[in-house]
Amino acid sequence: MSEALEIDIACIGFGPATAGFLYTLNRAMQADAELAAAAPMVVCYERADDIAFGVSGMVTRARGIRASIPDLDPASIPMAARVASERVVYLKDPFGASRRSAALKMADLAIHNDLLAAELPYIPPFLHKSDGFVLSMGQFLQFVGGEIMGGGMLQIWPACAVTEALIEDGGVCGVRLGGQGMDVRARLVVVGDGPVGAVGRQLDTVFGMPEGHHYREWAVGMKMVVDLADGVDLEPGTVIHTFGFPEPEIFGFLYAHPDRVVTAGIFVPSWMRSPVRTSYRYLQHFIQHPYLWRYLQGGRLRAWGAKSLQESGQRGEPKLVGNGYARIGEGSGSTNVLTGSGVDEAWTTGTQLAEGVIELLREGAPFTRENLDRAYVSRRRASWVEEEGRVAAKSRDGFHHGVLPGLLGMALSGLTAGRVSMPGEPQPLMDLHSYYRERIPAAEIDRIVSECGRRGAPCHDALMDHCGWPPIAYDGQLLVSHQDALLMGGKVQGAAGYEDHVSFRDASRCAACSARVCIEICSGQAITPAPSGVPAFDREKCVHCGACLWNCTNVSFQAAPGGLHSTEN
Amino acid sequence: MSQPFHIVVCGSIVPDPLQMLEPVTGAAGPALKNEMMLPAVLDPWAAHALFEAAHLAAKHAGSKVWLVSLGPKAKLQQVMLTVAQKVPFELVALDGPASGFCDSLATAQVLADAVAGIPALNRDRLLLFGGWESASRGAGSTMQIVAERLGISEQFQGVDQLTVREDGSMEILERVEGGRHLVSVCSAPPAAFGWATGHLPEPRNNPQVGMTNMKTIMPALQRAKASAVAADGLRFAAVNVPKLQRQTRVVKDMPPEEIARELVAWIREK
Repeated sequence: MSEALEIDIACIGFGPATAGFLYTLNRAMQADAELAAAAPMVVCYERADDIAFGVSGMVTRARGIRASIPDLDPASIPMAARVASERVVYLKDPFGASRRSAALKMADLAIHNDLLAAELPYIPPFLHKSDGFVLSMGQFLQFVGGEIMGGGMLQIWPACAVTEALIEDGGVCGVRLGGQGMDVRARLVVVGDGPVGAVGRQLDTVFGMPEGHHYREWAVGMKMVVDLADGVDLEPGTVIHTFGFPEPEIFGFLYAHPDRVVTAGIFVPSWMRSPVRTSYRYLQHFIQHPYLWRYLQGGRLRAWGAKSLQESGQRGEPKLVGNGYARIGEGSGSTNVLTGSGVDEAWTTGTQLAEGVIELLREGAPFTRENLDRAYVSRRRASWVEEEGRVAAKSRDGFHHGVLPGLLGMALSGLTAGRVSMPGEPQPLMDLHSYYRERIPAAEIDRIVSECGRRGAPCHDALMDHCGWPPIAYDGQLLVSHQDALLMGGKVQGAAGYEDHVSFRDASRCAACSARVCIEICSGQAITPAPSGVPAFDREKCVHCGACLWNCTNVSFQAAPGGLHSTEN
Repeated sequence: MSQPFHIVVCGSIVPDPLQMLEPVTGAAGPALKNEMMLPAVLDPWAAHALFEAAHLAAKHAGSKVWLVSLGPKAKLQQVMLTVAQKVPFELVALDGPASGFCDSLATAQVLADAVAGIPALNRDRLLLFGGWESASRGAGSTMQIVAERLGISEQFQGVDQLTVREDGSMEILERVEGGRHLVSVCSAPPAAFGWATGHLPEPRNNPQVGMTNMKTIMPALQRAKASAVAADGLRFAAVNVPKLQRQTRVVKDMPPEEIARELVAWIREK
């Protein structure tokens, strides 16, 4: 181990929360000569190879962002547009291949139009984003990062993964950087490494979760950025949210950016009990639904990506502060699971921490748990993020019983300000035979599993083909193989010379596992069957979405540099 | 006892070669579609030159490395934060275009002026490094012109190896046809070297190096001067992309001979 560096504040991860923190801190240092003269040394360590690799084309009300940047002009940020219109659409299954309840089959029978869809006549107020923006997370972070670094006082280091926090005397005193194994000692560690961040998980293990809090609900979000074909126009700021297809549990979206660019994607939730949770294949069917294909046909894939979302919301809130550390953003339970909003909330928690840190710096007070509690947590507790998070806390519990109870539960929570909700507890994942009992004979499932294992391929394609999902007619532009998506849209990279960051703890558990959900859900086909029974991992294909982590407790997922390499996601 | 070198590397940013690049014609002439939105990296040719420079400087005590970089300031800022973690250097940042459609003569003039303006640069010990070519501009002429403007007559292009001999002279391997090298000896600096790929791997990130570099890089970026690159009389008759055909197959550990055989068979089919 080489000699430790010493700085004042170390930030982990450059996402919206840390961006909000650094933006607010930078602005205060620019405006306050005394604070600037004290010049705390602040370094933000980001795993990805650039500062702009957030994975989400997004729509946000941007209340917190606009509070920080009152004169925010979408014209100054590529791919940004004001929300122009919103639709919520039920999509009928054109193939009869999805696994639908009787109620949804009835709903499908009632839809006869050419688009095989029904636009909802009413959108509940809590789902509206009408005063907000459609943004590219990557471009927004690039814009904010430029502002931060332009000040010359704060540093953001890409391609620098923090593998763990340094813990001494019951508190955090710095971070360990991957690769060189270098330690950086810091007075304050700002943990903004997202829902599957290595440091966040380490702190949960060491310090424990608050009583009753947990990470039980997850989703993997996968999306693509598409150049529309000539002659296809969609008003910038158009926001479409969908449900019903490709599976009832999978929600989808399409957001229109300026210059005939759109983002389309899906969320595959943990409460979907299928062991075949392939986001990529489902995404390809989603974009080809007639309601969306009228816009997307002839388009060209321009970027692609995936990430995990922590869907437990406020009940997934860890201990927010301790001696020497504070947690912000999605990994701190800030996402509002009722409104489907996370970026603005994450940003706001970052600004709240920055305001608290500025207060403590001016006081000359140390970053103890008590001081951070007073300066940061109290601000958060008094804010709209907390208040609305409380309303949303139990809003999705109904989904554990199915889609319709889930939607009803959301409506109840949203319309009663959280006073009434639909209770529900997570159900275990179904095994392949149970899930496909009515569709595929057991012997055929066994044959498919065996055959795919021999080929080193996931099973989802063969199983879905068997259920009537039509083959994907690759066009080399938008409908491309999963591997081509990595090359054309994701630019996935894994720097040479580093150890595998995904491994499997207990080989015997892998050998005995029949579902292999880690393989099926892998967003980059980086985890594949191997002869030993323990899946093979190819770090050059890993997009660091972390879906393997919450789909199997036998997976070890460490911090490492690399991953997606696109600034448009 | 070896004498220290003052090594100036000229190198800028290019859109990440992994991206899909599409030329378009804008109001100011040809450009890449969404160029400012694309992730950027240090030009791979210049990166080889920088790593070779740092390697050479480390072997000769008292040597120093500067990186003179002409590009849009905001993009330089991002890229330099990664490059800063690789090897020790001092940045001279110039805020201007880095497009592959810039005139190499005008670009060279800006770079030469910047090199000449480096305080404390010992021109007698100057080794001018750069990429033989560029990932965004294949003219292969920029570094030659920079050297000429600085009055450096000893020039080597397509360099794969530079060895400093006991007597202080330098043995240089330049690429020639057929995978062979031309061996030259240069008695002393100043000299200019347009690097091919060299022999060094990309160094792993070193936060300690990053911390040291950052002390000079951030101020350098702050004071980066706007540098106009003249485009008088420049006219592009046509800009085309090569025909793209994608037939992806992911195969690991295939012997090079087999890959070559497949490629030859594929070419013969066409």
